Amino acid sequence: MNTVTALSTGAAPFQPESAPDYLPAAILRELQLGRLRSIVERAWSAVPLHRSRMKERGIEPGDLQSLEDIAALPFTTKADLRDTYPFGLFASPMQDIVRLHASSGTTGKPIVVAYTREDVDVWTSVMVRSFATCGLHAGDIVQNAYGYGLFTGGLGAHYGAEGLGATVIPISGGNTDRQIMVMRDFGVTAICSTPSYFLHLVERAGQLGVDIRALPLRAGVFGAEPWTASMRKRIESASGIQAFDIYGLSEIIGPGVAVECPHQDGLHIFEDHFYPEIVDPETGRALPEGEEGELVLTTLSKLAMPMIRYRTRDITALMPGVCPCGRSLRRMRRIGRRSDDMLIVRGVNVFPSQVEAALLEVEGTLPHYQIILTCEQGLDQIEVQVEVTPEMFSDQIGVLERLNQRISDSLEHVLGIRAQVTLVEPLTIQRSEGKARRVIDRRTVQP
Amino acid sequence: MKLHQLSVFSENKPGHVVAPCRLLAQEGIDIRALSLADTERFGILRMIVSDWRRAKDLLEQSGSVVKITEVLAVEVPDHPGGLADVLEAFIGTPINIEYMYAFPFVRGEKAVLIFRFDQPDAAIERLQERGFQVLSIGALEER
Repeated sequence: MNTVTALSTGAAPFQPESAPDYLPAAILRELQLGRLRSIVERAWSAVPLHRSRMKERGIEPGDLQSLEDIAALPFTTKADLRDTYPFGLFASPMQDIVRLHASSGTTGKPIVVAYTREDVDVWTSVMVRSFATCGLHAGDIVQNAYGYGLFTGGLGAHYGAEGLGATVIPISGGNTDRQIMVMRDFGVTAICSTPSYFLHLVERAGQLGVDIRALPLRAGVFGAEPWTASMRKRIESASGIQAFDIYGLSEIIGPGVAVECPHQDGLHIFEDHFYPEIVDPETGRALPEGEEGELVLTTLSKLAMPMIRYRTRDITALMPGVCPCGRSLRRMRRIGRRSDDMLIVRGVNVFPSQVEAALLEVEGTLPHYQIILTCEQGLDQIEVQVEVTPEMFSDQIGVLERLNQRISDSLEHVLGIRAQVTLVEPLTIQRSEGKARRVIDRRTVQP
Repeated sequence: MKLHQLSVFSENKPGHVVAPCRLLAQEGIDIRALSLADTERFGILRMIVSDWRRAKDLLEQSGSVVKITEVLAVEVPDHPGGLADVLEAFIGTPINIEYMYAFPFVRGEKAVLIFRFDQPDAAIERLQERGFQVLSIGALEER
């Protein structure tokens, strides 16, 4: 117990739920192997798709002798979830399932995920550990601005903050002026939302004459969309809080798969419940530690819907070495991009995160943007729409035109191709559940 | 002497200028002077209104980006040379005019020029030295 207390950082008291964060590596691996065997056994016996995939590969659950053997198991993809819509991957009968969530699904059917009571408890515990990792504790007042509903963000953060013993304000997303009033009047000390929504909130507070830096707010736990290191800098300098990155996905459990500690150097994965691998996104071959590739996750304890080697499409790397915070949980680098968000424009690879970084290079701009791709006479056109903020707005045409030019130059510098920059009115870019829709591809496939 | 001008960002698309104007009309706010500066892709609607603080709040609540700038209203006789006389007052001074717009009044044979100077205080001094009348918001509303 003494060692554990000495390892915890800052003034936050040690949370008993955080004990697994500090398991010695050998014990953690043993725990993972035991859990992996039983979850694969469960998937085999209860889910026809998992069983037939394993049979195709000539594998049975009993073949798993070590953690390395996981590489022989088949992958599960988002397409499998769609193809088995709605309940095809459930491993529990409905009477054992206490909760369903679903992804918003931009095209076609959503994907549906399920939880038994035990699953909800695991989810709550990893969210409690996530918040504790960010230095939150009982006594904190947490404004939960993630959307409540089918989206996992709202309820996931809610249960976690409540489990921690903090006071939760279940304000959900939207109604920015009310968010600011509540933040100020209720003495909020921590907030959960998407990073882009929080930045919007900070701007609006400025318009209303509320200085976030003067409020008790000290931490933000931000997730549900990829964000860059420059975005973090902008958030922290504009609001005076520490901004933590939290990672998760509904297919695995929701938020609470991995989170940053106060060292903010990679996200600790809650490995006792989620087993991480990094694979080559093209070939699916396992990559060694430290190499960048696609994150693949296996749920080690999820009963209602076990996920075997789920292809997340998120590009990251497992970081070698031990974090100074003392957690033995391995870290992954923050997600900058997804394997499926790469755009090819006139033969050049473009990632939305590059556009975000280019915008942040320009003084006074905020990364409220949307990329619109069109095709004119066989040539790809890329337009970047940028919402005008009070900070960058001027009453003089020349100032706005020079700003437009600086953004355009910065984009060309980062992307290597010229993009049309259009300044648009605030809040014209579509957002769903606080997540900004970054890309609209209007190019039609030429016959 | 200095007036508070509201500038509102607008996309150069059909219907985009009407929304802020309609909003102010519904709230009983009078637009005293107005100019629209536009480029191919966007425009800036500049206005002097009866209650600039309330107008700013209303426009911001409706989602517009608003900037407040100090401008001067100068009254000149509405005859040829009225504008040139004012402009000449600044030749050889370090004071620059960023932009201006003008409108005549039916009564009184006077015109009012709205100036955005880079140094409004120095400009007021210069104008008064030369005998031009710089209008307060009250004086502008009486016209």
